Amino acid sequence: MTKVLEMNHVKKSFDNMEVLKDISINVNEGEVVSIIGPSGSGKTTLLRCATLLERMDDGELIYLGDKVVHSNNGKSIYQNKKGMRKAMEYFGLVFQNFNLFNHFSALNNIMHAPVTIQRRKKDEVRAQAESLLKKMGLEDRGNAYPCQLSGGQKQRVSIARALCMNPKILFFDEPTSALDPELTQEILKVIKDLAAEKMTMVIVTHEMNFAKDVSDRIIFMDKGVIVEDATPEELFSSNNEKTKTFLGSYYGVS
Amino acid sequence: MRFDEFFNICGQLLPGMTVTLEIFFFTLLFALPLGMLIAVGRMSKYKIIQLIFRLYIAIVRGTPLMLQLLVVYFGPYYIFGISISSEYRAYATIIAFSCNYAAYFAEIYRTGINSIDNGQREAAYVLGYNRAQTFFYIILPQVIKRIIPAMTNEFVTLVKDTSLAFCIAYAEMFTEAKRIAAASTSMLPFFAAGTFYFVFNALVAFIMKKAEDKLNYYD
Repeated sequence: MTKVLEMNHVKKSFDNMEVLKDISINVNEGEVVSIIGPSGSGKTTLLRCATLLERMDDGELIYLGDKVVHSNNGKSIYQNKKGMRKAMEYFGLVFQNFNLFNHFSALNNIMHAPVTIQRRKKDEVRAQAESLLKKMGLEDRGNAYPCQLSGGQKQRVSIARALCMNPKILFFDEPTSALDPELTQEILKVIKDLAAEKMTMVIVTHEMNFAKDVSDRIIFMDKGVIVEDATPEELFSSNNEKTKTFLGSYYGVS
Repeated sequence: MRFDEFFNICGQLLPGMTVTLEIFFFTLLFALPLGMLIAVGRMSKYKIIQLIFRLYIAIVRGTPLMLQLLVVYFGPYYIFGISISSEYRAYATIIAFSCNYAAYFAEIYRTGINSIDNGQREAAYVLGYNRAQTFFYIILPQVIKRIIPAMTNEFVTLVKDTSLAFCIAYAEMFTEAKRIAAASTSMLPFFAAGTFYFVFNALVAFIMKKAEDKLNYYD
């Protein structure tokens, strides 16, 4: 099995606050991994380190065998600009707040980076973007601007935008936290469809039932460490006190 | 009201109006990009560069434009002993106005740039845009839309400030109006000048409104 993502011994502090304490994770091709945990457990920071939005202090980051970050004497060494540019191509990221470009139409949001950054042919990109919009059930919203879309529609456009770059792995940072409950379902369905197509995904989420449902593995983090890394069945029947307490707080039992 | 006399004065002011228009357009031509450079310097992560540009802005904002005009015009002679030609008046005017307005534009750009949600930058970064691409494709277009009202204010002020060039006897419209008024002992030239500024500014405001409407396709 090909390892798409490998993070080894990742450490990260903000002003002496240790947010990540020696975290290691692997994600295999076609795997869906959810990261759960209470607020302040470091799950979003871990995702931001993986997507190079945050620089880690120590540890390694490897995409498909390409060492984007290596560790030397307890310090992370990042590749040069060119290496980083290449690294960005491995992954896509879907934000909690969508972060669509406000001045671009939905279609242009999806097409702009593939055309301008990846320098792909416009016709080919347009065809892919339109088919992605169709897949998201938004084929008639291509010319709409983000301000004219509902939260759920925005998030679907942002998923399409990430997918149009043809990433090897897709990260979701609490993709439904900014949405109403009924809009949450439409996003979760899209993610489920992607899982069925064997898209490799890492999802930071508070939706426990969804995580249980869609994931091959769930990582439970607390206070900057991984408490458990297990299949949903194992995790939800875990005897670990921390895990039980956390899951109990969601289901009202403990 | 003696209309024929009024139009006669307008005719006499015409060359001055051209000069006023020149000051306006050349100042914008230089001050708009210069202001962006100052804004970038002002936002530099290097404290020393930041400090230099803050000082520049403080000086420009803290002293009268008329004084700056005089310094730029007479400075070369009094400080360096270079004799000043009369053509230098035009250059001095444009230099002083551009340096002055760039400082104000810089602060407006800075406000605009800082008002763009950081998520826009992060989204661009993750999609592989480099810093220049992020700025020109993603940030700047959104900044322009947001700063149009503040810029309209500055443009309108600039139209009126062109009259300050009279302090170095540069023959823009107001200088001419003052001269004709003195020669003919009449208020009419001032009235004509006022009408010109008013119409010019109405036009500026109208064009900026159109630009704002054009960018209103999103919020």
